[in-house]
Amino acid sequence: MTTLASPLPSRERPGEGGRHSADLAARRAPRDLTPLLVAPAALFLLATFAYPFLYGLVLALTPKEGGFLGNYARFFADPFLYDTILTTLRLAIPVTLLNLVLAVPIALRVRRMRRQRILTAILVVPVTLGTVLVAEGLLAYLGPQGWFNRTLMLLGVISTPIRLVHNYWGVFLSLVITGFPFTFLLTLSYLSGIDPALERAAATLGAGPARRFRHILLPLILPGLAVTFCLSFVQAFAVFPSAVLLGAPAGPTRVISIAAYQAAFEQYDDSMASAIAILMGAVELAVVAAILGARSLVYRGPAGGGKG
Amino acid sequence: MAARLPVGERLWATAIWALVALFLVNLAATIATVVTSSFATRWLRSWLPLGYTDRWYGAAWAEFQLGDVLLVTVQIVGLVVLLSGLLGVPAAYALARRDFPGKRAIMLLILLPLLVPPITFGIPLATVLYRTGLGGTLWGVVVANLVPAMPFVILVMIPFVEQIDRRVEDAARVFGAGTFALFRHVLLPLLLPGILAALLLVLVRTVAMFELTFLVAGPSSQTLVVALYYAVFAAGVRAPQSIDAMAVIYMVTTLVWLVIALRFVNPTQIVARQK
Repeated sequence: MTTLASPLPSRERPGEGGRHSADLAARRAPRDLTPLLVAPAALFLLATFAYPFLYGLVLALTPKEGGFLGNYARFFADPFLYDTILTTLRLAIPVTLLNLVLAVPIALRVRRMRRQRILTAILVVPVTLGTVLVAEGLLAYLGPQGWFNRTLMLLGVISTPIRLVHNYWGVFLSLVITGFPFTFLLTLSYLSGIDPALERAAATLGAGPARRFRHILLPLILPGLAVTFCLSFVQAFAVFPSAVLLGAPAGPTRVISIAAYQAAFEQYDDSMASAIAILMGAVELAVVAAILGARSLVYRGPAGGGKG
Repeated sequence: MAARLPVGERLWATAIWALVALFLVNLAATIATVVTSSFATRWLRSWLPLGYTDRWYGAAWAEFQLGDVLLVTVQIVGLVVLLSGLLGVPAAYALARRDFPGKRAIMLLILLPLLVPPITFGIPLATVLYRTGLGGTLWGVVVANLVPAMPFVILVMIPFVEQIDRRVEDAARVFGAGTFALFRHVLLPLLLPGILAALLLVLVRTVAMFELTFLVAGPSSQTLVVALYYAVFAAGVRAPQSIDAMAVIYMVTTLVWLVIALRFVNPTQIVARQK
């Protein structure tokens, strides 16, 4: 289906049935220059991604004061700084887990829906609008005079408004509003890759819904869920605008991106800012590596059924 | 014919749809709060505003210089879309069609900007851009936004290139098409749907890209989403309705493009890469 004439120069001697491919090879330039098409993109990323990153690494190790690890020594000596790692993880991990736990059963249902496009189109709206707008909306909606508290009071669930903004819960809820659709759409795209015949076969053999999920679906989607967790976690871990606008940026939601931003743009300490930014990437990659490491322990074979 | 589902399963289904409904209701109410407030004369301590007016839109337009901000946003987004296509599509073609030494390293270089949090590479990048004098300028913002946008185009385009039958290209070669003619008359028409989808996705993502623009932009190179952030951050300086009016203008700008994009791409593609 895919390749017929190979781009590699033919080894066959002319006149021995290899004329066609030899001809094609001759028509091409002696050296295939197509790979060079990737050069502009690669050079651009080397200059704008790799170089600044290495520059940041070096900058982080040449602090304003102290030895080459001075920034890191300062970071881990100051609870106002090192606590930001825990604060970020305390937000990002529960939110990601909640979003994933909600996304899986819902995606299993929606997968069998005929008109799932309408639902997915609505769910992509908060992802598209982004965290700044969601934070702005939730600020009023979850506020003491907002419709959320009013509805709960009308229903008699609470007697006085509960505080949901300028604290942990405001940021948490904003991460659910933008994060759940993201996690859900990823989960759905993984689930649609699983051949429904596998489940039907299990049903024919007498497995109920719970056992089908436990023994057929779960092992098949687990690798996909691990990747979904990682991508959703990356999003939640990078939380910034909503932690400032909707949280308590001096206290309970002082996440690591706030510390990095303040070092760069309030204290003008580029070296410290780079150190924090790189630490942020390292913590995140450590979590991702742990999840992906666990993933390699589970089944990774094909899930598409016979046709492969 | 359809057998009635067992009670347990029906309860489970109901619970799931209730969760979906709960989410959608809260999402709709969040957006409705912003829209209602932007038309409110006064809205304190009540379910609905006392009266309605459209004067906040004029006020927001003047207070936040939205004309300038929108112009800058269009310029930045346009340049990012154009350049990410020009750099990304040829690269995707080479990566989809050829094996060459260093290909894995280049793939890693393309994947990393999408996996590393924007703040992590944005702060060193902003430092470098400010030291070269590009920081705070329109081109600095364009460069910063290209770092995740161009890899995104490449990853969306690779499967599109792969699905084109190679024999079509070989046939064009046999009939004497040069590289340019091959590209112009064979590849471009076949790739156009893919390019359109990839660029629309980049457009939607760039309009909403906050972190990188925020780190690199100066006062004259702010996009709408960054201007909105500063307005919300300094809440109390302006009337909340005025900020909400600005938020509605931002929402409309984003959603118009989302609706256009959704005519050509599947919603899941906005978050997930096509396999």
